[in-house]
Amino acid sequence: MPLLEIKNLAIEFVTDHGAVRVVDDVSLSIEPGRTLCLVGESGSGKSVAALSIGRLLPGSARYAVGQVLLNGGDALRMSPAELQTIRGGLVSYVFQEPAASLNPVMRVGTQIKEALRLHQPEVATDEEVVRLLKLVGMPEPELRAREYPFQMSGGMQQRAMIAMALAPQPKLLVADEPTTALDVTIQAQILDLLRELQQSLGMAILLITHNLGIVSDMADEVAVMYAGQIVELSEAEPMLRGPLHPYTRALLDSVPKLAAGKARLAAIPGTVPQPGHFPPGCRFYDRCPTRRPECATIAPELRQIAPRRWVRCDYAV
Amino acid sequence: MPSEALLRVENLKVHFPVRHGLFRRAREWVKAVDDVSFSIDRNETVGLVGESGCGKTTLGRAVVRLADPTGGKVFFEDQEISNLPAAKLRPLRRNFQIIFQDPYGSLDPRMTIEDTIGEALDIHRLAESKTARRGRVAELLVSVGLDPSHAQRYPHEFSGGQRQRIGIARALAVKPKLIVCDEPVSSLDVSVQAQIVNLLQDLRDSQGIAYLFIAHDLAVVEHLSHRILVMYLGKIVEQGEATIVIRNPKHPYTQALISAVPVADPESKRARIILSGDVPSPIRPPSGCPFHPRCPLSDGKRCRNEVPLLREITPGHFAACHYAEKG
Repeated sequence: MPLLEIKNLAIEFVTDHGAVRVVDDVSLSIEPGRTLCLVGESGSGKSVAALSIGRLLPGSARYAVGQVLLNGGDALRMSPAELQTIRGGLVSYVFQEPAASLNPVMRVGTQIKEALRLHQPEVATDEEVVRLLKLVGMPEPELRAREYPFQMSGGMQQRAMIAMALAPQPKLLVADEPTTALDVTIQAQILDLLRELQQSLGMAILLITHNLGIVSDMADEVAVMYAGQIVELSEAEPMLRGPLHPYTRALLDSVPKLAAGKARLAAIPGTVPQPGHFPPGCRFYDRCPTRRPECATIAPELRQIAPRRWVRCDYAV
Repeated sequence: MPSEALLRVENLKVHFPVRHGLFRRAREWVKAVDDVSFSIDRNETVGLVGESGCGKTTLGRAVVRLADPTGGKVFFEDQEISNLPAAKLRPLRRNFQIIFQDPYGSLDPRMTIEDTIGEALDIHRLAESKTARRGRVAELLVSVGLDPSHAQRYPHEFSGGQRQRIGIARALAVKPKLIVCDEPVSSLDVSVQAQIVNLLQDLRDSQGIAYLFIAHDLAVVEHLSHRILVMYLGKIVEQGEATIVIRNPKHPYTQALISAVPVADPESKRARIILSGDVPSPIRPPSGCPFHPRCPLSDGKRCRNEVPLLREITPGHFAACHYAEKG
């Protein structure tokens, strides 16, 4: 049984102008110990989809359709008490801006201990805090536990966040752009750490990123999102070798590669459509290099075209 | 000594005081830019890379005198601009412009696009009449791929990529010879980045502009630049032709930086150099080679005691490392 299975999920936000659907017909699953990368640009709905797993969306969000199954139980239908055991216990989060996610007026060690007290009260000790900080490669863990977030670099703050996320021994770690705010050399350290932890602790990772290089480094499976929908779902290697959806292909082509010569970049024309203004028919229609007239009106379904491979384009082969 | 260079920077230093105590005396200095020399030719693109805090933005700002140098000299077309008073500098400013990273923060939200771009024309008295100004703004909008009928709109009506185009049009308005581009694509969506990179390339080729292109994304920098400068803790540690620096880096920091870039190619099985630790504080940089505490090649003796000078390893390729020949 998959650890996480999202089925036909649709999420709407209630605004003054009516409900705006930001996630539409999203289905994906993660097996224990595997890494799925959720790829997309801003406004694609990837973060909203990920936040729905722990039911972390604000009150203005409405889960319109679908299921979010965690070990078989539907998170969308759980009571607050049940949710409390899921959050931290089964699913933990690491966010993009460690500085914004840590409490600025609380020592880092105290914050980690708080997470322990909630989920593992029997081991809410200073020793366990230091062990966790050591686990995430924090230099001088005893000293750092007594520091405030502002005394640490971005990389160290992100390590502290990961230590806190690991405290309740989650089965699934949701990491939302965990390295976007960091420099490349620090990014390499953090990605390396996540890979190591996954191997030693056997947890599954849902990694949200816009960087296809990180996908190549980390992912077993990939889901590419565009305008609220999954447009391609596949194992990572086949997708990187031969992307099937025109958006995935365009995304791979538009990124400059190291030591690849100076040929002109294949830019994708236009801009990413914003929620509430998704085009009818295929949502990539305006920007698609291989569009056909009928794509403007007929919305394609996500269809399976090979084992473990789905694509939302009627003309992909 | 006359030279071909459009911009020449000699031993430039920008040090910021760190003030403490009752009398706010500066006891310590952040050496954001420390003894940096380089030049940019006409129509040449020089890329500047390094991690956050290495001083690349300060260097870019000092070159166009948005930060005042504390030492060294900057020459533009052989005229020293680093010591000019503001009044004498102003007429020269139209030669060198800057494009900023954040297309949201760098446009005045209460000014129409026409006024934002037109302000540059007004300051340098480049439009004789209202009609001429309007015509020139429309021309500039077209040149950056925007619809001239949008000139009366406000910044909030545009997307990030479109705002960056407006920023570029504003810089182009005064027909500069050099544009400092400070992370111009890093806040944009991946699919829009390529549009802006292509636009910068087209403008360079059609208008003969030179760029100092500052970014942390090595692939973007390599793509646009003829030459690359790599900065670490306020100093240039490697410089050379872009393709050579990327394919055959000589400084261990550059090697680590390149190897850390994740590549979207399952075939690429590169050995990754993962540096330990963070960039040290620029207030108290390490002794000797500033990179030695993180360097996999450090010998712990010479590297700790002796500052390596930037020296020519092969013609046109410089590195500041005692062991650059090993790499």
